[in-house]
Amino acid sequence: MIANAFDYTAPQSLDEALTLIGNGAKPLSGGMSLIPMMKLRLASPEHLVDLGRLKELSYIREQDGELHIGAAITYYELESSTLLLGKCPLIAETATHIGDIQVRNMGTLGGSVAHADPAADYPATLQALEAKIVLRSATGARTLSTKDFFLDTFTTALEPGEIVAEIIVPIEPGLTGTSYQKFRQPASGFAMVGIAARIRQQAGTLSLIRIGVTGLSGSSYRATNVEAALEGKQPTEENIRAASALVGDGVDASADLHASADYRQHLATIYTAKAIRAALSRSA
Amino acid sequence: MTKQIISVTINGARQTHEVEPRLLLIHYLRETLGLTGAHIGCETSLCGACTVELNGKAIKSCSMFAVQANGAEILTIEGLASADGKLHPMQEAFWNEHALQCGFCTPGMIMVSKQLVERNPHPTDVEIREGLDGNLCRCTGYQHIVNAVRAAAKAGA
Repeated sequence: MIANAFDYTAPQSLDEALTLIGNGAKPLSGGMSLIPMMKLRLASPEHLVDLGRLKELSYIREQDGELHIGAAITYYELESSTLLLGKCPLIAETATHIGDIQVRNMGTLGGSVAHADPAADYPATLQALEAKIVLRSATGARTLSTKDFFLDTFTTALEPGEIVAEIIVPIEPGLTGTSYQKFRQPASGFAMVGIAARIRQQAGTLSLIRIGVTGLSGSSYRATNVEAALEGKQPTEENIRAASALVGDGVDASADLHASADYRQHLATIYTAKAIRAALSRSA
Repeated sequence: MTKQIISVTINGARQTHEVEPRLLLIHYLRETLGLTGAHIGCETSLCGACTVELNGKAIKSCSMFAVQANGAEILTIEGLASADGKLHPMQEAFWNEHALQCGFCTPGMIMVSKQLVERNPHPTDVEIREGLDGNLCRCTGYQHIVNAVRAAAKAGA
């Protein structure tokens, strides 16, 4: 399988990359989604600009009480970052669920976010973390909430000429427990359903419940009805089950040859409860 | 579309060629350089038969363009044994444990197993199986492959 012909630039700086992208070139990051699509000729960009090796997009740093992650950081760098494992373990844990060793060596957080595959893992995690997504173009920068960034299947708020430059996630205090739980499609490893849970527990009462969902429908979302049902409650099995059953309410669940809509809804309920239990077991 | 000159160090030797940007790294290795150890299995980044090391990281060379590797150091299965022909401990373990039947997946299996044990020198069997997740053996000879990785880890590969 050979891609259609294209021109390729490995820019020396982010400014050079943004100028080229502003003129219509397409960004290439790890290529773990784009290159297979190009080989199948589902995508035929005329000009690729390689962001994958730009030092300016490759960092993980703590700044003003938050963690800033450059878009070109790979999944392997996320899963092996002691800074993330210590201060935002959910973002490191999620990487271990993706693909395989080889894919995690190449694939990037920014690439996954910009691609917005409805079965990708990170959108659920970023929803639960209420991450901020920094977009840049040759003419400026803007910061969006995860909620405002992911619009629909393979559709984001990115405008032509913009790239995902940085992801900002919170530092989690000790009282917060997090977990990502996923039912894998056995052949591809993609999420049939993936649930990220982030919960604070103090004196037997739940607060700050955040549930991110991927795979169930065309786009990731926060299950605010599950969150509301648990807010201020005690973490009993009964309460967890009752709240988890609300995860797919009003959601147009996807159906394909792997799973019917009803089965996906069932999986979402089961995996929401699993993610909540696992998050609680990790909260102090 | 404009061809580009790339310069890559492969198994210790510097290589410079003019390539089309759409040339995949696996085709560059096999067809331009004649290094046919890395195999083309599925071509859809699922089977791992094309696995090589790029700057010390195992990657699937069917899912990368050769131009992306410009300036990189690449290690293929051909470069794993030392110059005097002494096999790498992972190769030795695959030999000893008879971790192959037809051998098609073996170069990729060895390259990813090398990475696995470098990162986790004492893997459990579950961790070995998870580490081999991106490599398929259609002879389904997985048990002997797991045995080989375990033996190589024990031998300090």
